[in-house]
Amino acid sequence: MTIRHYLLPLLLLCLLPPGAGAQTPEDKGLAIATEADRRDSGFGDYTNDIKMILRNRQGQESTREIRSETLEVADDGDKILTIFDEPADVRGTALLSFTHKQGPDDQWLYLPALKRVKRIASDNKSGPFMGSEFAYEDITSREVDKYTYRYLRDERIDGMDMFVLERYPKDEKSGYTRQVIWLDKAHYKERRIDYYDRKDSLLKTLVFTDYHQYGDNFWRAHDMFMENHQTGKSTRLLQKNFRFNVGLTDRDFDKNSLKRAR
Amino acid sequence: MHGRLCIMTCLFVATAARAGEWRGYAAGELLGFLEDPMQPAQHDGYAALAFEPEYFHEWNNRHDLFTFKPYLLADTHDSRRTHVDLRELSWIHAARDWETNVGISKVFWGVTEAAHLVDVINQTDRVVDEDGEDKLGQPMAKLSLIRDWGVLDLFVLPGFRERTFPGRAGRPRFGIPVSDDARYESGARDHHIDFAARWSNSIGAFDIGIAHFTGTSREPRFIALPGAIGGTTVSEITPYYEIINQTSLDLQATSGGWLWKLEAVTRSGQGERFDSMAGGYEYTFVGVNDSAVDVGMITEYLYDSRGDDIDPATVLASRPFALSPFQNDLVLGTRITLNDVASSELLFSVIFDLEGGGQSFNLEASRRLGNAWKLSLEARGLANIPSDDVFASLADDTRLRIELARYF
Repeated sequence: MTIRHYLLPLLLLCLLPPGAGAQTPEDKGLAIATEADRRDSGFGDYTNDIKMILRNRQGQESTREIRSETLEVADDGDKILTIFDEPADVRGTALLSFTHKQGPDDQWLYLPALKRVKRIASDNKSGPFMGSEFAYEDITSREVDKYTYRYLRDERIDGMDMFVLERYPKDEKSGYTRQVIWLDKAHYKERRIDYYDRKDSLLKTLVFTDYHQYGDNFWRAHDMFMENHQTGKSTRLLQKNFRFNVGLTDRDFDKNSLKRAR
Repeated sequence: MHGRLCIMTCLFVATAARAGEWRGYAAGELLGFLEDPMQPAQHDGYAALAFEPEYFHEWNNRHDLFTFKPYLLADTHDSRRTHVDLRELSWIHAARDWETNVGISKVFWGVTEAAHLVDVINQTDRVVDEDGEDKLGQPMAKLSLIRDWGVLDLFVLPGFRERTFPGRAGRPRFGIPVSDDARYESGARDHHIDFAARWSNSIGAFDIGIAHFTGTSREPRFIALPGAIGGTTVSEITPYYEIINQTSLDLQATSGGWLWKLEAVTRSGQGERFDSMAGGYEYTFVGVNDSAVDVGMITEYLYDSRGDDIDPATVLASRPFALSPFQNDLVLGTRITLNDVASSELLFSVIFDLEGGGQSFNLEASRRLGNAWKLSLEARGLANIPSDDVFASLADDTRLRIELARYF
């Protein structure tokens, strides 16, 4: 064994964050995901508007518009109220989600024509969200504890240093065997996710661009482009009008507020 | 001091309130029947136009909401189906742990699919559709207390709305026409003030509601008045609205792909006290064969202790009788959701009368066309109805309804 074989791992160790000395790839993957989550916690609450442009293989487009309100919950997943504006036939429909760090989320759907609040099964996480290329789980299952991790490598893309990790959904109802994630080292922002289906074939790629900074340390991508490699369909999700710390409380996330949503 | 600061913050950080907006839909509908009509005044086909605009205005950081929602329906043949209703004209004010709703509004209670037993606040607008899901606007003053132990809704309901029934030319309808000159038990008639209270809460996997209603029954019994009786035949039946007391429970347990549902009601005031219940489950297979398609299987059992037999002696003596379709019935259904861009979905169900032996078929399907149009298809019919069944006069009303709606 020559000295170079000793040097390379030693050099790599020096590049790792402090305390990452004797980490396995699994430990390191979890540590990076935990750090990314830590950096995005403490936002309190925010609202934003979302527009989705759905495009099929022939290039035909249709649009979805929704408004979203998010409340951070201490020691649990976020509470999210989603109000649908487009297409017009679902206008006024609203979805209340209590996401949880562990176990299934709780979801209630408000149907304005019937004035009915329906508790719905949260089992459909692999299903498409509003006919788009985003599955429910792509949007809601963002808690660290919902996956196990493995650090793969570092990569430099477009002048940015990135961590590349793999994560494996713990929920057997997930539509994926694994996801490969690129996070930039500067702010631990997601830059790209490759989704592998249940047969472990590459299904979709999500690319995050147009990041904006809110407050000191909260970053939101204003453009998320999801491409389905197997069907040729794509969905561009555009986010705008982020407003942080608007003073939302639990009361804005109950069945009464769901029925009042317009 | 801290409390005051919080209030100030809440006042000054307005979330995006939506001021003065219109939305709604206009729809054209065609209704066709496979069989010849049983009544001479009825037709083979009907057309209708519906219009339901909604104006709303939010202010005070979305803590106040005004809604105005009229509804208009015009039918080619049935003059009683042609009607205008004020579905909503209400002001909602939301505070931190309470909420009020004053005006004309609509409230839904319940969990099951085939029957809506506990849903008693609003009157059914029966001429719009036969599924009992269209409701007339109800005048109300409602106070909701929103606390850690759940939500307590208290209702004062001044002003009663009579159920709508098809006219002589309407189809489907009972063989005997329903009079539009209703009778009441109370001398106050439709000015009787009704009250209701409901406690509801979500506890883990359970969503539970317990309610009590005291006032004019939304579901009438019927009377054949002496003037409408000729020998053993009846030319017209009259709705009879009595004062009832009804206590109900609605419960849903949600776990994985399972929804377990129960509605149970006990009611006094219409002859002997009786009980009714609807219960069952819906299980959804998500992403069948690795596609985006969800398939739900629905099973519900419907029970009513009144039974569905009508004693001719009661009718001919001008005593009230009930028309309750579900006394011992089994519902089997499937819900298919394509999860495609057009939001295509289909619900098919069969209700089996376990005592009389007849079946009722229901198919509802819809998909969006473009971004603002929606096409709906509905097929309903009865099969194997015994000739002595209460609903035998509806046996030849197999029908197909097509609706094209433009949303704005």
